[in-house]
Amino acid sequence: MSGGTFVGMPAFPKAAHEALGNAQLRHNLAHATGTIRAKRLRLVDEVNANSSWEELRLAGAGVKESALVDLATHLERLEESLTANGATVHWARDAAEANAIVASIAKGHGVDEVVKVKSMVTQEINLNEALEAEGIAAWETDLAELIVQLGEDLPSHILVPAIHRNRSEIREIFLAKMAGAGRPAPEDLTDEPAVLAAAARAHLREKFLRAKVGISGANFAVADTGTLVVVESEGNGRMCLTLPEVLISVVGIEKVVPTWEGLDPLLRLLPRSSTGERMNPYTSTWSGITPGDGPQEVHVVLLDNGRTNALADEVGRQALRCIRCSACLNVCPVYERTGGHAYGSVYPGPIGAILNPLLKGPGADEQTDSLPYASSLCGACFEACPVRIDIPSVLVDLRAQVVDAHRGGVPKLEAVAFKASAVALSDARKLAFGERFTRLGLRVARRFGASKWTSSRDLPPAPPESFRAWWKRTDGGRR
Amino acid sequence: MRVALMVTCINDALYPDTGKAVVTLLRRLGVEVEFPAGQTCCAQPMVNTGYLDEAVPVVRNFVDTFAGYDAVVTPSGSCAGCARHQHSIVARRSGDAGLAAAVEETSPKVYELSEFLVDVLGVTDVGAYYPHTVTYHPTCHSLRMLGVGDRPRRLLESVRGLTLLELPAADQCCGFGGTFAVKNSDTSVAMGTDKVRHVQDTGAEVLVAGDNSCLTHIGGLMTRQQSGVRPVHLAEILAATEADPA
Amino acid sequence: MSARDDILRRVRAALDGVEPGYAVPAAPRIAPLDDVVGHFVERVEDYKAVVQRCSPADLADRVTAALPDGARVVVPAGLSVAVPGADEDAGFGAHELDGYDAVVTEARVGIAETGTIILDHGPGQGRRAISLVPDLHVCIVRADQVVPDVPDALPLLDPARAHTWISGPSATSDIELNRVEGVHGPRTLVVIVVEAAP
Repeated sequence: MSGGTFVGMPAFPKAAHEALGNAQLRHNLAHATGTIRAKRLRLVDEVNANSSWEELRLAGAGVKESALVDLATHLERLEESLTANGATVHWARDAAEANAIVASIAKGHGVDEVVKVKSMVTQEINLNEALEAEGIAAWETDLAELIVQLGEDLPSHILVPAIHRNRSEIREIFLAKMAGAGRPAPEDLTDEPAVLAAAARAHLREKFLRAKVGISGANFAVADTGTLVVVESEGNGRMCLTLPEVLISVVGIEKVVPTWEGLDPLLRLLPRSSTGERMNPYTSTWSGITPGDGPQEVHVVLLDNGRTNALADEVGRQALRCIRCSACLNVCPVYERTGGHAYGSVYPGPIGAILNPLLKGPGADEQTDSLPYASSLCGACFEACPVRIDIPSVLVDLRAQVVDAHRGGVPKLEAVAFKASAVALSDARKLAFGERFTRLGLRVARRFGASKWTSSRDLPPAPPESFRAWWKRTDGGRR
Repeated sequence: MRVALMVTCINDALYPDTGKAVVTLLRRLGVEVEFPAGQTCCAQPMVNTGYLDEAVPVVRNFVDTFAGYDAVVTPSGSCAGCARHQHSIVARRSGDAGLAAAVEETSPKVYELSEFLVDVLGVTDVGAYYPHTVTYHPTCHSLRMLGVGDRPRRLLESVRGLTLLELPAADQCCGFGGTFAVKNSDTSVAMGTDKVRHVQDTGAEVLVAGDNSCLTHIGGLMTRQQSGVRPVHLAEILAATEADPA
Repeated sequence: MSARDDILRRVRAALDGVEPGYAVPAAPRIAPLDDVVGHFVERVEDYKAVVQRCSPADLADRVTAALPDGARVVVPAGLSVAVPGADEDAGFGAHELDGYDAVVTEARVGIAETGTIILDHGPGQGRRAISLVPDLHVCIVRADQVVPDVPDALPLLDPARAHTWISGPSATSDIELNRVEGVHGPRTLVVIVVEAAP
């Protein structure tokens, strides 16, 4: 992987084609996303019964937007408060700088292993691989991340990276791989979720208890108070944030929330949108060093890695409001059928289809350029987004940026066709002419049956006359 | 009230009967629509594929053609959505303040058929008769971009002889998505195949929707799979009467 | 140029011409609850936590009853109820804490709508580690600490302190997106709500 993208990943249509052929994957995804969609909807209804989900969304979007429009001020404020609280603040322009900072702190403490809280940003920068190159093992402690790490697999969902695995596949992975990483799975392991969770508890406990260095991301970073917030379920986060002597948190610069009170709408929106719960089991907040409690050496690495590119994009900027809940993945009909790997990045689904191109810039490569087209623009993502990111509009804008990035070169057949259409459709006299071509085109397509359309779908029969010909002939049906 | 029919390019070329149905239906309700001959396309195929420069002359033609009408009615949620929500993007791109002003004038006057019937004419019983079992697929742009809500259902529920059957997972996209259907044809077909299965599960004779583009996709799968279900546009059902069945 | 200055320069350049002031719409409040404590109890129970209500006079007995016979129990300094046989936290290391079966703490705030208990790790609550490593957490919440919803809780907290928000026993949704109780945190959560007699 490099820069959050899986190396050698083909463009979306080809990757999707392969994923669609995997019946087990499609079954696992349909089951999991169906479950979570129903839970989320029940909670939205519950909120609407004694409050207003839409007003909550507006407030959540507003808090994040207010941070973004004055981001430099809030970042300086965050640095100041964190420092006052005893934390050491580092800044990293890109993945390489961030990884070097983390590796150097870990090596400074002479450790050969670290324990990690689930974090999207450390996956984005490939921190585990970077640490491994320095001889430091990075143990993932979130259950789904553990499944992906042990299975030498790639994450396919923001919240549940192993969503593509069902319980019996997870059992196989635990039986085959746990022994190589520490405490083996019990021989009588069944595929009961509670039994699998207990095996993960036993396997990871020895790592938690001996860890000297913990690594996390942050869901929110409060500028005014210098507070980081981690939202989790299992308690692995609490373990990593509390037991080690040293804590290093890698935080994207878009995670800033101006004030402590600003956490309110976000903490109400996130768990309901994410796991479909009123509140997640555990949320930890800490403001630098807490004397006598938890890590007494605290580092925060503030990371850009393309975020300022996204910030400069007038339409796309709103993607930085994302709180990584993954509701858009769970409601997306494309994601439900292709799964996350087809997007070729740690950020899959609708948000990934805009975030990856925004972080890298249009025209970056064929795979990234294919992402804004990986959507039918059905709008389910916007409807579900707790911070009202208008993903369809950003997708359409990014498509224009992709087209624009390729203007001036040798035009693709598609570009030629759209240029010709623009001429034909800008004047009805030309269209009457063009329409005859439409009918010719339909005949050709039907005869050869080779197009992307006709491989699975019939075309309708061409009518004897167009509507406009009928209107003209009959005076709108009056004669 | 001067009302123009925006028939849409796909209906003009492939589904003239849908256009004729709108004319018949509105005439029955006392509205004589005009068909401005200068009309072509709403420009959505260009906008949604990323060809904004190419969309500019098409949007210009749209606003020139429909200037001066009190209402523009169209049998397509998708095309109405484009006119209402995307023409302004194209106008901004053009840098032409005159075009932007014209778009601002025209866009709010564009109505999808069910909106025009329920909101402008204030009717839900349009006097139709259609003795068939029907299931309704709410197309994504009518549902989420326009927010037509239950208007089409209310219209269908008032049709005499019609039995409306509930479509499971109705709000899931059928997978058409314009050029998505070709650029990502495998995913599009996978989505459409699930939609067809849900339609068949209802046992309905007819699948009704407010967009012939989506119906071309779902219908193309249904005929290929010999499902026996007929795709029919909402306008054609609402236009049908005992004296003049569809 | 340092990474810091470079990033801040890029941020400012990206926002050139953007108005910094942004009026954040107020977050909505929930409709008033008839029975805040009752609502809290229901919502905590939804997470499969064990919830008990008692009077101040019964508290010590309830705590003792919640602890299995022979359990090794750790308590924080400043706990307002005596727990016979329990060890007071003396800055135990992680491995030492792992030898304890249970912990008894108090809390700072309870949130009714979400069934959440917030610890600010002050007196009677102790360091974060002691309420994390043992497998059973008995948590005492006073009825007058329970507020209706999240926006009522935040102003009561001091952001300079570390906080742990607890909503039920540890759980995961990582296997087929179904909630399963019991991973790394305490697998059993007993909440004792103490109510003064009316």
